[in-house]
Amino acid sequence: MGNVLVWAVWLVAAFGCLGSAIAVISFSNPFFAAIALIGNLASLAVLFLLLSAEFLAAAQVLVYAGAVMVMFLFVIAYIGTETDAPFAGGPSWQTIAAVVAAGAILVEIVVAIGLKAGGRLSDGTEVDGLFGGPYEIGRIFLTDHLLAFEITSIVLLVAAVGGVILGSETRRGQTPESRR
Amino acid sequence: MMGPDVSWYIVLSGFLFTTGALGVLLRRSPLIVLLSLEIMLNSANLALIGFARHLGEHDGQIFALAVMAIAASEVVVGLGLIVAMNRSNVELDVDKLTTLRG
Repeated sequence: MGNVLVWAVWLVAAFGCLGSAIAVISFSNPFFAAIALIGNLASLAVLFLLLSAEFLAAAQVLVYAGAVMVMFLFVIAYIGTETDAPFAGGPSWQTIAAVVAAGAILVEIVVAIGLKAGGRLSDGTEVDGLFGGPYEIGRIFLTDHLLAFEITSIVLLVAAVGGVILGSETRRGQTPESRR
Repeated sequence: MMGPDVSWYIVLSGFLFTTGALGVLLRRSPLIVLLSLEIMLNSANLALIGFARHLGEHDGQIFALAVMAIAASEVVVGLGLIVAMNRSNVELDVDKLTTLRG
């Protein structure tokens, strides 16, 4: 019974994920695309929970739905929702080439993983209830992966400084009169 | 708890990545390109977390956390660029951004 329930949740989350991803790339209005991305991230968080990554599911909702999507919606509201025709604008060979390239990526992923890991993916490891919780993640992050932790913080700092510089009103060599 | 094994997650991750790549390649609006990039990064996260669960190791989850931080930084810089483009009255179309062409 629990097996069927897990499959049902997986199917709903997977189709929600794929459907909202397709919605993101096919809506002409960026505002609706951003809203669809929230659905995509929420169903991904459900999939993370099924993979017993509780801390990452929480972080996903907090970081993406809480911070990134609010920022996206702010910028969309700031610059206005210019709609464009979703799959038009470029020459048609570009569209065809894009579809061919994306299909090639899909085939490549399937072939690479099927060749390297095929047949060995069915027997998963049993994990205990602590797996993926904040205790384990925090312990490993601050012991084995301390360097990655510090580099991540530096990257975030650099990005914050860059965002401030990009968004600041005055530039060097610009007089106050030339400001809009 | 029995459920779909990790190969299902990997296949889903591949399809998500392809969808995101299609969005990046097909769409002209830089905002939608950024949103599609988020889909691609998240599909990579799904694969990482799936393999972490499969192997019973936390390393993939740590990597996924780092990817999340990188994605947040990328959004900050990308949205900053879009706002700067908008402020200098550049049309928001990735095909018409030819200012840096030599």
